[in-house]
Amino acid sequence: MKYVDAFRDPAASRAVVSELASLAGKLRESGIRPAIMEVCGTHTMAIARNGIRDVLPPEVSLISGPGCPVCVTEPGYIDAAILAATRATVFTFGDMLNVPGSEDSLATARAAGADVHPCYSPSAALDFARANPARETVFLAIGFETTIAPVAALAAAAENGLPNFSMLTALKLVPPALAALVSDPAVHIDAFLCPAHVSAIIGSDAYAPFAGPGGRPCVIAGFEPLDILYGIRCILAQLADGQAFVENEYARVVKPEGNVKAQNLISRYMEPYDAAWRGIGVIPASGLRLRKQYGAMDAESRFGIRVEPGTPPTGCRCGDVLKGILNPPGCPLFDGRCTPENPVGPCMVSSEGACAAWHSYRRIAPAGKDA
Amino acid sequence: MALVQAHCARREGRLKEHGQILLAHGGGGRMSRSLIEAEIAPRFGKGPLKGFPDAASLPDPDGPLVFTTDSFVVQPLEFPGGDIGKLAVHGTVNDICVCGGKPLWLSVGLILEEGLNISLLRRILDSLAAAADECGVTVVTGDTKVVARGQCDGLYINTSGIGRALPGFSLGPEMIRPGDAVLASGPLGDHGMAVLCAREAVLSGTGPMSDTGPVHRLVAAAADMAGAVRFMRDPTRGGVAAVVNEAVHGTPCGVALDEQNIPVSPATRSAAELLGLDILHVASEGRILLFCAPEACDPILTAWKAIPEGRNACRMGTVTADAGSVLLNTLAGGRRLVDMPQGELLPRIC
Repeated sequence: MKYVDAFRDPAASRAVVSELASLAGKLRESGIRPAIMEVCGTHTMAIARNGIRDVLPPEVSLISGPGCPVCVTEPGYIDAAILAATRATVFTFGDMLNVPGSEDSLATARAAGADVHPCYSPSAALDFARANPARETVFLAIGFETTIAPVAALAAAAENGLPNFSMLTALKLVPPALAALVSDPAVHIDAFLCPAHVSAIIGSDAYAPFAGPGGRPCVIAGFEPLDILYGIRCILAQLADGQAFVENEYARVVKPEGNVKAQNLISRYMEPYDAAWRGIGVIPASGLRLRKQYGAMDAESRFGIRVEPGTPPTGCRCGDVLKGILNPPGCPLFDGRCTPENPVGPCMVSSEGACAAWHSYRRIAPAGKDA
Repeated sequence: MALVQAHCARREGRLKEHGQILLAHGGGGRMSRSLIEAEIAPRFGKGPLKGFPDAASLPDPDGPLVFTTDSFVVQPLEFPGGDIGKLAVHGTVNDICVCGGKPLWLSVGLILEEGLNISLLRRILDSLAAAADECGVTVVTGDTKVVARGQCDGLYINTSGIGRALPGFSLGPEMIRPGDAVLASGPLGDHGMAVLCAREAVLSGTGPMSDTGPVHRLVAAAADMAGAVRFMRDPTRGGVAAVVNEAVHGTPCGVALDEQNIPVSPATRSAAELLGLDILHVASEGRILLFCAPEACDPILTAWKAIPEGRNACRMGTVTADAGSVLLNTLAGGRRLVDMPQGELLPRIC
């Protein structure tokens, strides 16, 4: 862990923070108050957990983006997952358990007898399917590119000889979501702090369409506090120079072309489709699903269930939070009707959700800042 | 059949939250607390159970007795650094110790599942006996039940313990004052991460080791400064975050913790990073969090560091006058809230 400690060094943080202050001073003279979207939910959590907002110059605001896979999953997916759990043993990432569907959550369904197992690794589902050949086993495959790679590996492992294994997929892609955001006139973003792990798969070149003349600075940063601070520093420096290019602060992991082997594995098993994003709507070619020839591994066709959009809860403004139009405390349900114990929307329950981050770490914030 | 019932129940819309017990109600966080406040406190929460101390203090002509009970359902039954037998002793002994008691007698109730391997049972009972010897407690009564296969998961253990109050301690959250020091007796979160890694087959062989162990020597070492000790707890389920939040709940005090000073072993930190867990939410089973007057901080740390289980003790925070607020000063130079854990972070770790 000594390696990681270098990215948490308080003295180094102070040095970057003082650079941020002078860059923000320059921007102030040009009348720029930068709004930076951290696209990825892991960044949202790391920013909150490390108290990053406290050390930023007051005119710099961070806006949480749509990069929380649980948050952008439609309530109808939870309904379908519960239905699947009445016919099969279901494995899921723990985050999904308390996400409200149209009526119930997987946690309440499990308490009533549905066979739902939280897991940290998708391979737990595969191991179970192997050990219990007579039992239908379904993995709830949700996630972005980082998760899609292991899901494709799962498909490769299950392709031959695991007839009792299938997946209910809601896999989503980051670049099409960014394209939708920049074309939405209600959304005001000056720069993107781009994800770390997703970028390791897709590569830094994937952000080129959002940078360049008329575009925005796109800076890829790791998840350590110093990574994030330095990423923000790169963004402010670009803005101060009137530049907008793709900058890779996380070069120790992310390559321009990404992980080609993973990309090839993904495209062997998956094909793009127009996916529905909770609160945002349908975005063209923004999801991946199993190719038709792997239909036997697709829980929807296997069990004859369909993921419908479902009924989003009334009053919940997760969609606006995911687009960066609203900060969590701006939602009328925040911390009132909607808490982590009784979540109304998914952003309050996911460990990468903006509302959960705000609720868990940020209720001390001075009123008004960033809100 | 259960699945069919679930499906039917779902269709009837009967699965409303909190109409049934969820795993999250056992997580040691806010939902556990609300279950206890709603269902246990109104029925039993008077007398010695008032305020839900780790152990009850009972009047006795020869000095107060301390009484507690705990049940153990950990899975796997054996994990790196310990097993359910050892844990069943340490859990109960430590609850007596942190209430200022010297543990003396233990009861052991076993619930065994049909088909349990006898050599596994022997290993666990040997381990339980050795742990009891080390803590100076005698197992004086017990009970054994066997249930049909599938009706429990191998083996569950309940232990109850009786001890005698050590002189000089006067402990309780109401004793805490702004300016008090918050000490940890050693690295935090090792037990929870060890069990979780064993269960999820993460970092096999190189992962964290449980810290399950007795704290009686730590309490004895602090006894010279007993009058300056305000409050002690072992940060089990819910971790440091739950203990510190509960300690200042309803008091005029808050706590500021310093991330730089929070003791975490390298293996546990790696595992927590890998699994995305906040170490402040993860259980220890052989540590104490101790609140004391500022002048007692150095003497207690010196006394702790002189014994093996306290060699990595440190001061990790200070009590503030900011009522109910528990904050962490982060390495990055910011501050953030330290919230009670929510949901089923780590079911069946003890």
